[in-house]
Amino acid sequence: MEKAPPPAVQAEGVVKRFGPTVALDGVRLTVQPGESHALVGRNGAGKSTLVSVLTGLHKADAGTVTFGGERAPAFGDTTAWQSKVACVYQKSMVVPDLTVAENLFLNRFDDNSRWISWGKLRRRAERLLADYGVQVDPSTRARDLAVEQRQFVEIARALSFGARLIILDEPTAQLDARGIGRLFDKLRELQSQGVAFLFISHHLQEVYELCTAVTVYRDARHVLSAPVADIAKAELVAAMTGEQSAGATAWHAGGDRAAVRDQSAAPVLRTEGLTLEGRFEPLDLEVRPGEVVGLAGSAASGNTALGEALAGMRKAGGGTVFVHGRTVRTGSVPHALDAGIGYIPEDRHDQGLVLERSVAENATLTVTDQLGPWGTVLPSRTREFARSVIASLDIKTQGPQQPVSGLSGGNQQKVVVARALARKPSVLVAVRPTAGVDIKSKDSLLTVVRRVADEGNAAVIISDELDDLRVCDRVLALFHGRVVATFASGWTDGELVAAMEGVGERE
Amino acid sequence: MTGTVRPVAADGIDGGLKGSPAGESSLDRLKLIRWSDFSLVPVILVLMVIGFIVSPVFLTSENLISVVQQSSELSLLVLGQALILICGRMDLSLESTIGIAPVVAMWLVLPAEGGRFAGLGLLPAWSAIPLCLLVGLAIGAVNGFLMLKLRVNGFIATLGMLTMLRGLHIGITEGKSITDVPESFRYLGKSEWLGAPAAVWICLALFAVGGAALAWLRHGRSLYAIGGNPEAARAAGIRVDRVTWIVLAIGGLLAAFAGILYTGHYGSVAATQGNGWIFQVFAAAVIGGISLKGGRGTLFGALTGVLTLQLVVNVMTLGGVPALWNQFLNGAIIIVALVISRFASGEKQD
Repeated sequence: MEKAPPPAVQAEGVVKRFGPTVALDGVRLTVQPGESHALVGRNGAGKSTLVSVLTGLHKADAGTVTFGGERAPAFGDTTAWQSKVACVYQKSMVVPDLTVAENLFLNRFDDNSRWISWGKLRRRAERLLADYGVQVDPSTRARDLAVEQRQFVEIARALSFGARLIILDEPTAQLDARGIGRLFDKLRELQSQGVAFLFISHHLQEVYELCTAVTVYRDARHVLSAPVADIAKAELVAAMTGEQSAGATAWHAGGDRAAVRDQSAAPVLRTEGLTLEGRFEPLDLEVRPGEVVGLAGSAASGNTALGEALAGMRKAGGGTVFVHGRTVRTGSVPHALDAGIGYIPEDRHDQGLVLERSVAENATLTVTDQLGPWGTVLPSRTREFARSVIASLDIKTQGPQQPVSGLSGGNQQKVVVARALARKPSVLVAVRPTAGVDIKSKDSLLTVVRRVADEGNAAVIISDELDDLRVCDRVLALFHGRVVATFASGWTDGELVAAMEGVGERE
Repeated sequence: MTGTVRPVAADGIDGGLKGSPAGESSLDRLKLIRWSDFSLVPVILVLMVIGFIVSPVFLTSENLISVVQQSSELSLLVLGQALILICGRMDLSLESTIGIAPVVAMWLVLPAEGGRFAGLGLLPAWSAIPLCLLVGLAIGAVNGFLMLKLRVNGFIATLGMLTMLRGLHIGITEGKSITDVPESFRYLGKSEWLGAPAAVWICLALFAVGGAALAWLRHGRSLYAIGGNPEAARAAGIRVDRVTWIVLAIGGLLAAFAGILYTGHYGSVAATQGNGWIFQVFAAAVIGGISLKGGRGTLFGALTGVLTLQLVVNVMTLGGVPALWNQFLNGAIIIVALVISRFASGEKQD
């Protein structure tokens, strides 16, 4: 083999710790010039930490990074990093109310004059966009661009700094099929000019469409690097999930319990053609007493919106929700609560807790009508209620009066669960109930959900975490708002991940 | 955790709850008191000592009663504003409501001829107070409509309302004072119950009612949740918009009531009644520990805020500060009081 040009980026033995957590454990990555390299892995595998290290946002604790054979710039030298590498994030990094030209040359309008010459700026922008074949009018406002055009502009800006490596973080998440096609065409074109791409995506299908090589991380470690052509999808999924090692410890809900076997029992929760435009397509769902049903899917799959529709947080576009055969008005939380739907929201800081208020107050927020006569809330009953919750859910707190902002993540989440359980719901809707909590809290939270169902109620877990879904008797996988697969208990990680990642879709 | 996973399911909320040790309850109750609410009490005591040193008149009952009498109207506005701030909104138009509500009521009630102010004489004299309160309620409701239904910016909407109502006031009265105050207004503003002005007792009672509602009523308690995190409140089944709307209407109602007391006390409505008060209202609320971002503060704190401001003004007057310097000192005092209360309570104000 003749002497090849140095790789666009080479990372060796990179270690990054955040306190006691090891986010990257001696990982490596090599991207050749003009290559599209995919980096895949489950949540928490360390992908985004690596991106931060490669773009100079975080300083690695150990290991080396080289760009085109040269050592990475010193930490903090932003200008030097910009000339090496750029990342196009899911979240737009352009200023929406400025024109494309202004965005391209933000803060470097002109080197020689303190006055901005608008004509010159426009011509420079036109030239730059033409160089990379981007067909966008430089005087358009950035907010009026289509998503992929906005990405082109960000890429052009990065290239104009001299960067020859572009990191794309889930670039297709907000694109439709046509937009994805245009994006990929442009990426291939730039590749032929020698630009290297590091492509981070949850959609394995896209990896096969676009990339030539793939690297898999799992649990902060490097698992494999290989040419895409040499690796089958099943192998890739297995590498991501670490099937062999996980099999022994992972437990599944037993599918043999009487409640689940008894197909004749009337469903507690039933939906008929429940739909929300642009989020999820009409869905018929039945959850029988004693059953925990999982709705698996990534953030873009629409499962969160479905959960919010069930809980009354969103008004459904069509269809009906029944609890014990009675219709529930959608779009009204009080009606959902009265019908017996308890709700554990996705993000405890957004919808779960009033951080400055006490544990007692947060836990009793849904039952204030039951804590005293004539609309009163008696502090003594509130405290008693809170104490019993603290004891039964094992919440670590100084007492019922402590503000929840002082609790750890796991204990905060338990308070949210307590609030959902306070009304003795017959249906429990839990959205990513274990996000950001430690292993021990995770187990006890999931046990609680399981227990609710075992008492003859229905539970729905909405998540993309395999551990959350393991307690389910039945898992429906959603992809782009549609149920693409149904699994009984006993699914393998690979099957479910493949379904959630849309493998088999769009082929 | 066998068998104890769902505490409520097992023994219900009403009674039957086991395992709450009785011994710690009194200690707990002590912890219940948020001492930061009392941070202004020592400040008030220090002010009283200073007042006593400055002038022997200060500690006479006439002087102290006049201080609380002068505080009463302002404190009602602060009460309304405090409720609105706790649920995360603000209403600037309160300072115009205190003037326009009595004016509209008197306009409808006073006869077209005979008095110095030509009213419409549409309604009997006894309806003056209900009419006035109704006007306040309506103004609050319109503010609520603008903020909650049309979703316009609350600050600017109520600022517009403030200016508009001030203009309406001047338009109706042609810029003149109305002195033909209905007897019912005069009674509430002037009479004395148990040795203190009726207005003072009424204010104290309203603060007590408000404080009790915030502490013991489910809808009162929900204000903290709404102000602290409206999304979480909604997810817990609280009708956020409805409650907020009612609170805004109550704010207008309280401002109208303050208008009745003020008009009754001075026996006239000036064209500038309430002009510039909103600054004092916000200052008293924030000094009293109410967060402008919502979700934090108590009515007791707000009341101490009002008293602090009024005591300082009183001490200054007794100290013989020339009137021309009043405005300068007023602003300076508010800034100093703000700094003092920020460090006395140990909490950041935001």
